[in-house]
Amino acid sequence: MIIHHPLLGPRDAAEFTYMGDAKLIDRPDWQSETAAQEFYEYGYLRDNPAGWHKELWFHEAGDRSWLVVTRNTLTHEISNVELARDVARARGRSK
Amino acid sequence: MTQRNRFSTGGQIDRSTTHQFVFDGKRYHGHAGDTLASALLANGVRLMGRSFKYHRPRGVLTAGSEEPNALVELRDGDRQEPNTRATTAELYDGLFAKSQNRLGSLRFDLLAINDRLSNFLTAGFYYKTFMWPAAFWEKLYEPVIRHAAGLGSLSLQDDPDVYDKGFLHCDVLIIGAGPAGLSAALTVGRAGADVILADEDFRMGGRLNSETFALGDDSGADWAAAAVAELESLPNVRVMARTTVIGAFDHGIYGAVERVSDHVHTPAEGKPRQILWRIYTQRTILAGGATERPIAFENNDRPGIMLASAMRSYANRFAVTPDQRVAIFTNNDDGHRTAADLHAKGVKIAAVVDVRPDIPRSHDYEVLHGEVIDTKGRLGLTFAEVRLGDGSTRTLECGALGLSGGWNPNVHMTCHQRGRPTWNDTLAAFVPGPDLPAGMCVAGAANGTLSTAGALREGHAAAVSVLDLDTSDVDLPQAEDTPVAIKPFWYVEGCARAWLDQQNDVTVKDVKLSHQEGFRSVEHLKRYTTLGMATDQGKTSNMGGLAIMAELAGKSIPEVGTTIFRPPYTPTAIGAFGGRHRGQDFHPKRLTPSHQWATEQGAVFVEVGNWMRAQWFPRDGETTWRQSVDREVLATRKSVGVCDVTTLGKVDVQGTDAADFLNKIYCNGFAKLAVGKTRYGLMLREDGIAMDDGTAARLAEDHFVVTTTTANALPVYRHMEFVRQCLFPDMDVQLISTTEAWAQYAVAGPNSRSVLEKIVDQDMSNDAFPFMACANITVCGGLRARLFRISFSGELAYEIAVPTAYGDALMRKIMEAGAEFEITPYGTEALGVMRIEKGHAAGNELNGTTSAQNLGMGRMVSKKKDSIGSILSEREGLNRDDDLRQVGIKPVDPEAPVPAGAHLMAMDGPIDAAHDQGYATSACFSPNLGHAIALGFLKNGSERTGERMRLVSPLTQVETEVEIVSAHFIDPEGDRLRA
Repeated sequence: MIIHHPLLGPRDAAEFTYMGDAKLIDRPDWQSETAAQEFYEYGYLRDNPAGWHKELWFHEAGDRSWLVVTRNTLTHEISNVELARDVARARGRSK
Repeated sequence: MTQRNRFSTGGQIDRSTTHQFVFDGKRYHGHAGDTLASALLANGVRLMGRSFKYHRPRGVLTAGSEEPNALVELRDGDRQEPNTRATTAELYDGLFAKSQNRLGSLRFDLLAINDRLSNFLTAGFYYKTFMWPAAFWEKLYEPVIRHAAGLGSLSLQDDPDVYDKGFLHCDVLIIGAGPAGLSAALTVGRAGADVILADEDFRMGGRLNSETFALGDDSGADWAAAAVAELESLPNVRVMARTTVIGAFDHGIYGAVERVSDHVHTPAEGKPRQILWRIYTQRTILAGGATERPIAFENNDRPGIMLASAMRSYANRFAVTPDQRVAIFTNNDDGHRTAADLHAKGVKIAAVVDVRPDIPRSHDYEVLHGEVIDTKGRLGLTFAEVRLGDGSTRTLECGALGLSGGWNPNVHMTCHQRGRPTWNDTLAAFVPGPDLPAGMCVAGAANGTLSTAGALREGHAAAVSVLDLDTSDVDLPQAEDTPVAIKPFWYVEGCARAWLDQQNDVTVKDVKLSHQEGFRSVEHLKRYTTLGMATDQGKTSNMGGLAIMAELAGKSIPEVGTTIFRPPYTPTAIGAFGGRHRGQDFHPKRLTPSHQWATEQGAVFVEVGNWMRAQWFPRDGETTWRQSVDREVLATRKSVGVCDVTTLGKVDVQGTDAADFLNKIYCNGFAKLAVGKTRYGLMLREDGIAMDDGTAARLAEDHFVVTTTTANALPVYRHMEFVRQCLFPDMDVQLISTTEAWAQYAVAGPNSRSVLEKIVDQDMSNDAFPFMACANITVCGGLRARLFRISFSGELAYEIAVPTAYGDALMRKIMEAGAEFEITPYGTEALGVMRIEKGHAAGNELNGTTSAQNLGMGRMVSKKKDSIGSILSEREGLNRDDDLRQVGIKPVDPEAPVPAGAHLMAMDGPIDAAHDQGYATSACFSPNLGHAIALGFLKNGSERTGERMRLVSPLTQVETEVEIVSAHFIDPEGDRLRA
């Protein structure tokens, strides 16, 4: 596969390490009343879609960016690649 | 031996170059441009192998890479390669080959008895026959089957040749250099695009080399040669013969194997045997041609029976006829071409047998309407029996029989990305479907366009479309443009054994049997009968099986469908996939800064991850590793020792939020750590299980140095970047791995301060530099360095780091400064002994199943802050009263062993999993205590000090009575650390 890195252009997938569902960005609030349940869901419950999926890839043999790659798990087509940091900010994460 | 079946003229062989070769111990001669198969046929050799299951005599079926039968062991000694197709093995002088899958000689194979037992060896015989008694499987059935099964044999020696991997990029990849591929390549190449043209054959041109058609004023072969010459002259075209594209992968990536040296006796100096190329391309034109299929009938597998198109290849390209009397059995017009070509070369045509009533007649030879119903000839064809249209029978005397059952477009590569082929009634064959891999188009016979003129047109059109060219000037040569005329015909009715898959010995009857037994899916048929599962992947046999299945199920062939086509297109050597990554080069080797020095000391090294670390330093007179390790431990605890700890991961953490960041990744607190201090940190996974441990040293308000274990340096760094970029993107913090930037040594033992005082430019007193202090310092009068007062051994100890380039010099300096204290270098074994004696957890304890609570560090998990893993570490399952706790284990009898991995059981009661109380994780002999010790985990272990238990390892028959003790065997109060 070839992943179009937003900063570095097309790169071979062999340069990356895969982590899975980009929902891992949405880490729950530790002070929530239902934190235990939320962390359980965050840690263990994942969708496994046959189709479009947002997933985390780490450019380990490159610039060490975490990326959010929108990939079709059936065809391996990639429709979008973003810096995970930008996605995290857009989803309201900060410090 | 004379080449009695070689025509005196013609062919694309170099008659001026004669190659001598050996097959099954016998010497023969052939020419440059021959394959092993063509040279054997020229010499009148039809018998080339024995079949897989029944050991039936077999010869060539094809003239290409789809060959199921003529598999040989090519070359000898350590270069011997089994299951090599004689039809693609290029002849060279001195070639050595043996037939395979025989017991005894090829002519008198003792296992041919299997053929007599064939009633017992039908589809699924494994599953049915060897069921009972169960105990017989391992002891009797399997060894016998293993001995008899399999095709060629391995040399069992290391392959002396190298294999390479390479990367290529192009605008257009063209797969196949037949008329369509060459036509496409000329158009694309002349337009200036970067082109790779790959063909599996050593001579490009595809069927043009095997046919007598003219292209314009030239013969097909001459036109192909001229086209290849022009392409080779273009700087933007890379022409790759002997290169098989084996798979179409995601996003325009193709795998290709180039056989660089298979056609020479020994690879030239510095040349690899093969190269596995990864080709990156935007557009691909698949022009992979088509494969002819045979027809099944009784005894259709005798040597001399082959595809009619293969006969034309042998006759026209290699100037060889398989025999002087040839018959043809066909269901389409193409079969008649073979008769015409061979007749023109003076071969006697016994008859052409066509299943169609309205058949083309010939003045030159007899054409019969009928079917071939049986053949004779034990080691090679002698007679073919024909049932004529009127029901009468006739016997034809012939030494070769050409079969033409129609052509299958080579759709394989079109299906590597989930595409499925579609059925074409006119051709009675599958053609590429609509879902091609992105960027691919198909041209010529691969696309179902079987005429030469059609292939030239489609190749050109494909090139025009991929480059979006102006189409006005087309100047293609005149060529044969005959439409396909075929009557689908797969097998002759009423046969006892009509072979479909000759490599796996699957008959028409086997397919019927599997249907009868309920295997209705084509994938099930394949696995039950093994149809199409051999090295040829059923290129000549699958269609027949599908047709019979369809007939039995009352469905159409497209309804039955094909099995999935998967890479590789043809068998590929594991060596090519391995490339240079083997032996010493299997993975990179990382050397520590003191490696040269340690080598000089005669150190024994051990691989830790990719690192080579000194394991121990043997001295004269020491005969076992234990003597060296015991000495190193005792000397360190008594005076001073030094150990290279560079391999521990180091991550530099800088920024105004650096302390907050460490608070997130460690379960214990770091915000209040003073500048100039170091703290032990435990890192949890989000699920509450311990991930790694190490230290963080605060060198400045906004600057920490974090260490990780050697094994986890990479995953921990990855995790830290995840936390930084994905969870807390606005923290002002930067990370960089500095593992290789600093050489770091542990100097441990009561005299460590005295040694380092001689080197560092720093007040080393306990007040000025207490336990857990850290500082940026200088050594040797000005070299920048870092000093940490941390201890893994439990002794007064320091870790000192200098830029890597000075690592070797610093080690030599430390040894020099320590000479008066008899400083002792120690390796990873002594390091391990001392940490077990001290009760420090390491990889065996942080094993991916243990929590902070298990490790006795439950109270370290801060509840006052957010850190990775803190919430889930509180879950019920990790906080039971009888949870495992880290303990020390010592034998009651000081001589007794305490093996790591052994389990703790009560003194009485059964020894089984249900009564398991815990297990030993790390064990060693403690030279300080004079007996073995171990660390381990025990249920509710912190409350069970002093208890006697059994430590058992039923597999190694160890049962030791042990006492549960504190994990801190040495200096439990930590006085030595603070001295």
